Amino acid sequence: MMGQTEEEKLIDEVTAKSYEFGFTTDIDSDTIPPGLNEDVIRTISAKKDEPQWLLDWRLEAFRIWSEMEEPDWAHVNYPKLDLQAISYYSAPKKKVELGSLDEVDPELLKTMEKLGISIEEQKRLSGVAVDFVMDSVSVATSFKEKLGELGVIFCSLGEAIQEHPDLVRKYLGTVVPQRDNYYAALNSAVFTDGSFCYIPKGVRCPMELSTYFRINQAGTGQFERTLVIADEGSYVSYLEGCTAPQRDENQLHAAVVEIISMDEAEVKYSTVQNWYPGDAKGVGGVFNFVTKRGICHRAAKISWTQVETGSAVTWKYPSCILKGDDSIGEFFSVAVTNNMQQADTGTKMIHLGKRTRSTIISKGISSGYSQNSYRGLVQIHPGAENARNFSVCDSLLMTDTCGAHTFPYIEVKNPTAQVEHEATTSKIGEDQIFYCQQRGIEEEEAIGLIVKGYAKEVLNKLPMEFAVEAQKLLTISLEGSVG
Amino acid sequence: MLKIKNLHAKVGDNEILKGLNLEVGPGEVHAIMGPNGSGKSTLAAVLAGREAYEVTEGEVELDGVNLLDLEATERAREGVFLAFQYPIEIPGVSNLNFMKAAINGKRSHCGLDPIKPKEFLAKVKECSSLVELDGRLRDRSVNEGFSGGEKKRNEIFQMAMLEPKLAVLDETDSGLDIDALRVVSKGVNKMRSKDRSFIVITHYQRLLNHIVPDFVHVLSDGKIVKSGGKELALELDEKGYDWLK
Repeated sequence: MMGQTEEEKLIDEVTAKSYEFGFTTDIDSDTIPPGLNEDVIRTISAKKDEPQWLLDWRLEAFRIWSEMEEPDWAHVNYPKLDLQAISYYSAPKKKVELGSLDEVDPELLKTMEKLGISIEEQKRLSGVAVDFVMDSVSVATSFKEKLGELGVIFCSLGEAIQEHPDLVRKYLGTVVPQRDNYYAALNSAVFTDGSFCYIPKGVRCPMELSTYFRINQAGTGQFERTLVIADEGSYVSYLEGCTAPQRDENQLHAAVVEIISMDEAEVKYSTVQNWYPGDAKGVGGVFNFVTKRGICHRAAKISWTQVETGSAVTWKYPSCILKGDDSIGEFFSVAVTNNMQQADTGTKMIHLGKRTRSTIISKGISSGYSQNSYRGLVQIHPGAENARNFSVCDSLLMTDTCGAHTFPYIEVKNPTAQVEHEATTSKIGEDQIFYCQQRGIEEEEAIGLIVKGYAKEVLNKLPMEFAVEAQKLLTISLEGSVG
Repeated sequence: MLKIKNLHAKVGDNEILKGLNLEVGPGEVHAIMGPNGSGKSTLAAVLAGREAYEVTEGEVELDGVNLLDLEATERAREGVFLAFQYPIEIPGVSNLNFMKAAINGKRSHCGLDPIKPKEFLAKVKECSSLVELDGRLRDRSVNEGFSGGEKKRNEIFQMAMLEPKLAVLDETDSGLDIDALRVVSKGVNKMRSKDRSFIVITHYQRLLNHIVPDFVHVLSDGKIVKSGGKELALELDEKGYDWLK
């Protein structure tokens, strides 16, 4: 069939398409030599001027990690990482108190401009407070004062450790303990920075809190740690987005995100992930091994929304522990894989409380020679009377050479529970593409339309500021492929 | 306007069109009838530029432009419209966004700026009233969950929006009840003009009571075997196709 040939041609085209955000920024960095041992951890802790309890906590994590094995159950394949070859700390050298944007390193401003997220623009137009993280240390934080009036704390985790040690100490590691898994343990031992957010009781955070992450030092792993605490009856929408510059060697990204949603609080956590996926042959690219989990107390809610287009290997399961009665967990995901990318992603919904509800909507899109897996666990514990779960898990295949896999795990230990799971797999239709072409729409635009339509349920969950970027990313990621 | 000379086309190894000749002048409506498997839908697909159909011989010209040199998208932008026999569903893509993309594709082809929202909405209003397409259908995803009749009305709505030079209606009457047939035909008739030509492919005379053709052709085994005026359709309705073989 001729359609086949056309498809092959398009696959070739996408393989030729290089990574849009592949540039590096030339900023002086303070990097410690590669390797990992207790001394390195002491160095990190000392450089960050941390209290003793945190150093002890890190060392404990390191000891736990040293006895753990790297997991191999995920449906991904990658060369073993040499964790001794990574430098565990890299901070921009020019760390000064920033009174205004004029004081920010011009190189950094340029980077932000390339990303289309100039802080000035953000400040002026969108009302988004941006905590810009470049290579582990926050460089610029805005909107602090306005948030401060409401008692909202939004800063780097490093800063929170200095300014709000009691809050950090109380909650750090309570949702994702050090021994949770191999990468979480590693992160606990060596995390350099990340974001901290606290919303006081009854406060509805008036703006989307947004952090842009970016790996920028060749050979440095990035170990972000994010802690979001929404006190009783509060609300916050948190945005996390990232793009990484092009690199030839693999880069490890092992982040941890913990969310505490207290009684009747609501947290929306949205991610657009666009780490460098490696080249068409699968060389380079970020290894994204992330642990994200939130706990919901009584009548609380956590929504995870993610658009995953980047990374060579993704291993990520944003989860909800529905501890309190009447609490709600949601997971909305679009994961795109192209070329040689591999993604094993999904969620866990742990129902402990009565009348807890969860919704899972996962949309996978695979192209090239990629492998895209959904892995989800719905667990209804004996005490979870009348718990309900609804899961939809769809896969869209763009080529005959990619793979889509679904691994749903359902464990129900209470007879009053209702659990529904729907799954579909479809191939992007030549008929659909031809129909668009017949109306005068170019093939690439047609594919963009069809894919966006397919992912619409999830894209609609994103805050406005992100929805546009996410759509752009989807189109860029699939541009020139059969998609 | 449209000139088709000695057109041969195949799908895989199967030759379906075997030397088809047809000329359609501006403003004319030509009906193409014929038994199942005679090549009617193939002709529609070949004109629209569907890839699976391979043209092995012959010429197709629209206003002096060789259509066979153009991709499907370019043909559409040159003014070829195909009303599908089985319109395709595109979940999650709103009918209006779809139309906006289509119109702007054509406009960029003509060196025009994208259509202004106000102008677009006025056009939508005008064209949807043409086929009594209510707002609900306009705003829903392309053809998703539409009944057979709604899909066909949507095709004519799209045709009105895109204002083609040449409209090919591929069995637009199939699956329509008599009321829907009347609505669709009324829409088509309103679209008739001195610079727009139609090729109406159908099995049945009844559509031609509503859309009255200038010429009727009988397609059999990949060739036009008989041509005549609108009365030919009545004759076919009475005698069937066998007497022509």
